[in-house]
Amino acid sequence: MIAQIIFIIILAAAVYLFTKNAGKIRRNILLGRDTDRNDNPAIRWKTMAKVALGQSKMVKRPLAAVMHIFIYVGFVIINIEVLEIMIDGLFGSHRIFSKPLGSLYGFLIGGFEVLAVLVLVACVVFLARRNIVHLKRFSGKEMTAWPKSDANYILIIEISLMVAFLTMNAADYKLQALHVGHYLKAGSFPASSFIAPLLPNQATPLEMIERGCWWFHITGILAFLNYLPYSKHFHILLAFPNTYYSKLTPKGQFSNMASVTNEVKAMLDPSFVPEATAPGRFGAKDVTDLTWKNLMDAYTCTECGRCTSVCPANITGKLLSPRKIMMDTRDRITEVGNNIDKFGKDHNDNKSLLDDYISREELWACTTCNACTDACPVNIDPLNIITEMRRYIVMEESQAPASLNGMFGNVENNGAPWKYSQADRLNWAEK
Amino acid sequence: MPWENNKSEMEDPKSELKIPTMAQMAAEGKEPELLFWVGCAGSFDERAQKITRDICKILQHVGISYAVLGTEESCTGDPAKRAGNEFLFQMQAMTNIEVLNAYAVKKIVTGCPHCFNTIKNEYPGLGGSYEVIHHTQLIQQLIDEGKLKAEGGESFKGKKITFHDPCYLGRANNVYEAPRAALEMLDAELVEMKRCKSNGLCCGAGGAQMFKEPEKGNKEINAERIEDAINANAQIVASACPFCMTMLSDGVKLKEKEQAIQVLDVAELTVRANGL
Repeated sequence: MIAQIIFIIILAAAVYLFTKNAGKIRRNILLGRDTDRNDNPAIRWKTMAKVALGQSKMVKRPLAAVMHIFIYVGFVIINIEVLEIMIDGLFGSHRIFSKPLGSLYGFLIGGFEVLAVLVLVACVVFLARRNIVHLKRFSGKEMTAWPKSDANYILIIEISLMVAFLTMNAADYKLQALHVGHYLKAGSFPASSFIAPLLPNQATPLEMIERGCWWFHITGILAFLNYLPYSKHFHILLAFPNTYYSKLTPKGQFSNMASVTNEVKAMLDPSFVPEATAPGRFGAKDVTDLTWKNLMDAYTCTECGRCTSVCPANITGKLLSPRKIMMDTRDRITEVGNNIDKFGKDHNDNKSLLDDYISREELWACTTCNACTDACPVNIDPLNIITEMRRYIVMEESQAPASLNGMFGNVENNGAPWKYSQADRLNWAEK
Repeated sequence: MPWENNKSEMEDPKSELKIPTMAQMAAEGKEPELLFWVGCAGSFDERAQKITRDICKILQHVGISYAVLGTEESCTGDPAKRAGNEFLFQMQAMTNIEVLNAYAVKKIVTGCPHCFNTIKNEYPGLGGSYEVIHHTQLIQQLIDEGKLKAEGGESFKGKKITFHDPCYLGRANNVYEAPRAALEMLDAELVEMKRCKSNGLCCGAGGAQMFKEPEKGNKEINAERIEDAINANAQIVASACPFCMTMLSDGVKLKEKEQAIQVLDVAELTVRANGL
């Protein structure tokens, strides 16, 4: 009875805390400008099913794809077991699904065990790639101490959870054999039966191990849930809405700014009366000038670095790293959100995404080649943020690099980016 | 270039290149089937001018009724837009759309993936909706229709040719097969670079980089790219973008591979194969 009460308290606290922190992230995302991503729901569902559920963009790197599938499928399916654990915890039952499911239960538990082993293997391989092989993709200027630790914590937590799960089953398996109390014959244990010989043979220590692992496993899962909002691992949740709200237009199509259209129409045709639009900044100086989709992208990023590893600017040693653009955006929006919590809505900390987080040198190094957006397994769009910030620099500050200002002048006066007269435009025909 | 004045062409009226403009056609009361949007590079850059003339040769060879805007054409606004100057882009776009709509243009072929992307994707929202294709797509269509073959000209049999995907044709618009179909016709040995199609590496010119010095780094992007072509043992790097052409040609020079590697546009290869 006491165990049930403790369990209910822990569960309620975990759910409450997670809801609160996830709510903060939702609030932060909604600090972004509005953009309509509700068109074509059929295509959007399809994109989500293919890219997030089906992991279609992971396959470009086969080893990582297979390992990731192990962890992903393991995570999703082992949650059925977590459901049982929850019910057992709430009602003080033991393996409540075993009776109604009959022989299927053995098959399920056996399947979970196989998955748990695969998750373990994948996590060990992933740890090795980061800490022994030192894969280039996982280093870089933005991969400071915290992002590196974050990645390792996630893998270590997952390993611990799987070890606890298997040890719990091993102890249960032994207790079943000893016909102790309520440990009825249930389940099949293809993996944990190998751990069983390492455990003691007496009922009391076995029961302690079984209970200990049960508690460790479930509190571990609840703690991990509450770690998500502070971690890049939040991608396991946001990958789905983020791919649903993907950009559906061709990658080369940049948005036409409606506010500019009004002004240009008025310039070309003095009789044109523009629709009233709210005055706002051209482009983005800070995160609140970006759209909510840009901000959702930032919270979805799991820092895998596929974008940066294919970025022509980054490959050739320039400062630009698309992953850093996303991480900076998330760090800044988190800071803005924390400021709101601490000092109220209108607090100004005199900082901005531009210059305090992302330098102009990074922004001007982009070739807009779309390699980063193509590489992202969850359809994040760093290029859109870069473009919006260039728009701010050019249209609000007039601070484009001098050579680009020269190009603008040529386009404006000669109709070409070089200093040639428009009258000479057909000269090639006479050569 | 004066030494390029080809005497035999001048003597043969069949191969004399005629380049009609929209203004001339309109004056004669004619509406061409196709507008050839030349682009700034195609109009002014010496190397790209050759490609422009070659595209015209193909159009004339197959007998499509086409015209160019000539002095009425202006920059699409692409470099301005990628650099963040939306004002300038929309000024250019709306002025161009006015001209295009005045001639009631329906179908456009471009010689540049940047013009192609801009007119195809960004003009419709500003009142300019046309059927837009890139010249490699036109070549593919002409091959499919049996109007264009590879005969009567240079043989590329056994030559190793690789295609460099321009970002604004490939990733930006998913056009990967058309240029390859045009190359397949040559009966050459097509090889792919390590990074190709959706994994293709940028030449370094996009996003208005063409018009500025690169940021500090440890390598030029075009050098990185041309290494892919060298590693693929390509004798010809086929391109389909005047900016890629400049960057890749410079990359070849940088690596001192002028003797081993030629950079040629898909249109140039087509013209050579047909002896046009």
